[in-house]
Amino acid sequence: MYKYDPIDQQIVNERVAQYRDQTRRYLAGELTDEEYRPLRLQNGLYIQRHAPMLRIAVPYGLISSKQMRKLGDIAKKYDRGYGHFSTRQNLQLNWPKLEDTPDILAELATVEMHAIQTSGNCIRNITTDQFAGIAPDEIIDPRAIAEIMRQWSTFHPEFALLPRKFKIAVSGTEKDRAIVQAHDIGLEFFKDAQEQMAIKVWVGGGLGRTPILGTVIREHLEWQHVLSYCEAVIRVYNIHGRRDNAYKARIKILVKALGIEEFKRQVEEEWAHLKDGPLTITQNELDRVAKYFEPMPYKTLPAHDASFDAAVASNPAFAAWVKRCVQPHRVPGYRAVTLSLKPHGKAPGDITSEQMHVVADLADAYSFGELRSSHEQNLILADVQVSDLFAVWEKARAAGLATPNIGLLTDIICCPGGDFCSLANAKSIPIAEAIQMQFDNLDYLYEIGDLELNISGCMNACGHHHVGHIGILGVDKDGSEWYQVTVGGKQGNDASIGSVIGPSFSAEEMPGVVQRLIEVYVRERQDEERFIDTVRRLGVAPFKAHVYAEKETA
Amino acid sequence: MSQLIQLAADGQASIVADAWTRVVPPAAGEESVRKQAGKVVLFKLTGEQTYTAEQIANTEIPATGKILVPLTIWQARKAELQSRLAAGELGIILATNETAEALQAEFPDLNTLPLIAVFVERFADGRIFTLGNWLRTRFGFKNELRAIGDVLRDQLFFHKRAGFNSFLIRADRSAEDALASLNDFSQPYQGGVADVPVWRRVNRA
Ligand code: HEM
Ligand code: SF4
Repeated sequence: MYKYDPIDQQIVNERVAQYRDQTRRYLAGELTDEEYRPLRLQNGLYIQRHAPMLRIAVPYGLISSKQMRKLGDIAKKYDRGYGHFSTRQNLQLNWPKLEDTPDILAELATVEMHAIQTSGNCIRNITTDQFAGIAPDEIIDPRAIAEIMRQWSTFHPEFALLPRKFKIAVSGTEKDRAIVQAHDIGLEFFKDAQEQMAIKVWVGGGLGRTPILGTVIREHLEWQHVLSYCEAVIRVYNIHGRRDNAYKARIKILVKALGIEEFKRQVEEEWAHLKDGPLTITQNELDRVAKYFEPMPYKTLPAHDASFDAAVASNPAFAAWVKRCVQPHRVPGYRAVTLSLKPHGKAPGDITSEQMHVVADLADAYSFGELRSSHEQNLILADVQVSDLFAVWEKARAAGLATPNIGLLTDIICCPGGDFCSLANAKSIPIAEAIQMQFDNLDYLYEIGDLELNISGCMNACGHHHVGHIGILGVDKDGSEWYQVTVGGKQGNDASIGSVIGPSFSAEEMPGVVQRLIEVYVRERQDEERFIDTVRRLGVAPFKAHVYAEKETA
Repeated sequence: MSQLIQLAADGQASIVADAWTRVVPPAAGEESVRKQAGKVVLFKLTGEQTYTAEQIANTEIPATGKILVPLTIWQARKAELQSRLAAGELGIILATNETAEALQAEFPDLNTLPLIAVFVERFADGRIFTLGNWLRTRFGFKNELRAIGDVLRDQLFFHKRAGFNSFLIRADRSAEDALASLNDFSQPYQGGVADVPVWRRVNRA
């Protein structure tokens, strides 16, 4: 992974000093709330329901064992001994003290970490596929460009105060796992007819209050121009994006208002001035950064391991875990392991300090000392030898990190909701927990198969409910908490936004509602059809009919 | 004590006396407020400065000395301001919702202006950075470029890198304290108006 040189280190050190002084001035009353707000936000600090919330950047989801231990120690020392992995691959602390945040940042800086631009109206942490560099279906490893873009966007002088936040995702695989179409800019890397690295550029996607999938603004962009092109896009947005209404301020609204053709025309006009200028990435710089993402020193291994095969055959619990939590790897004899942060009945994405140490130890022992976080809020050991899988499983299981539910109904993506977030209409974590308990039967879960369930506590859509096969959204009706249900959302190359099935439900009804949706699927499915396929084939009607029929007779 | 910070050609910052008088139109009537879906929505955008004909006509312009005039005032009353321009006593204020093109339509060679100021009504309005950048890189403006309005120390480093070389700190804040923020970072990653990306600036290999 990328390692800081003295320049990177100096920037985070100077940032700590700058932020320390800003916080000192705020506490001394020299800065008003309104003035301090964008400063702290650009450092990932929200003021929340109970306490500030600090969001620590995990650039494109890559983290070392050393960094993970540091996060564990920080969570213990400054918080309540746990952290929360978010759907943007970052780590959030829910209970730090404002006065402590400069010290937390100083500690993070010692392990090449920071909280820069994890919030606020600026370019946010760039996200990507958690299997980047090892996925068998990968065409281009996008991480070197992602790192170059991280540096370019860090304290960008022109884009420090955009109309609204700006999110970029990159992906270089056949099967999109980074939801590039749901980002302000999505960059899809591919090899062009000349075998050169090129990029398909999407713009104007986003969830939130007005869910819109992105539109292709450029089919083919040479990688050298990615910075100048993004700069042109964001410049047009900075000048013309709405600043009068926060709900209409994202780039998607501008793209819609102008129409993609006119927006594209303005971008191309701007780009004509920037193209081939100093922003053109040199081969030298790409090579300098890319060497940090070279393949690990893999051993030459046979594709099969007899002891592993035997363990799978004789141990059903292990076999179940392998089926759900072990993913393919491009190198023979290696696998990726997803450590589930979704044990049934716990807040999705939460991890204790002790578990952080366990996963760091696992990474050191079995996976070249590195980990990844996924937007599904799990952790990944990317490079595990097949012969080590059993040992990894035993240790992960002992630490509560081996729930074999990856990709299943209980692998719920969920925002912090009303328990923590002051914007929430409704709680989301208790709903996730109740659904997990309702389906706390692994055989039944396997029987249901692949299913993505997403929960957001309000229309800001932090839990990506629009793209969940089943989406649950907290709504406010006369001051009480209700839940609206959608089906048919999907992430990936064939992304879609779910349709609302009808009037909303109370919290107590929710596990039953999910149960009914599943019943329709189990009744109607053909062959190997997944839940989402059945919804796409039949539409919303049969689901709606069964859910509400039940409601009326009840 | 002056509120004006100026960068010398060598980048050295100091607090200097302000030789320019800002021409401010008299206050308008109340802001236009409309109701939408039961919620009050302010339709006046940040930085939006649309002066009424009455305001423009009633604006008092000092008879002597260096004056800093909003673009709209110049557009409406340029006949009487022409001699001031010739004498090098005229600077123009651009609001963040106005365009550099509109300015150039009035002054084909922007460098006939000794000073352009960009007015930012709320510090969080980042259009000022793009405007600064454009004026320097696209329109070749070489003279003094000043940030005025809600100008606070925590944005100064960005203003500087976006091409501004003077900064009128908001009246209730110390310009002295603000000086320190001009050097918050010693080796930024990306290029600014006056420099190139770090990987073109230094050898990082
Ligand atoms: C607890 C404090 C949080 C607050 C106050 C908060 C606030 C917000 C707001 C206001 C938006 C909508 C912005 C807009 O589109 O206009 C948003 C979007 C989003 N948040 Fe959060 N959030 C919080 C926590 C989280 C967490 C924990 C996650 C991840 C699990 C998360 C992930 C996201 C994502 C992915 C979006 C983007 C949806 C989109 O594409 O538009 N947020 N958040
Ligand atoms: S979706 Fe709403 S409730 Fe959930 S974290 Fe985001 S802002 Fe808060």
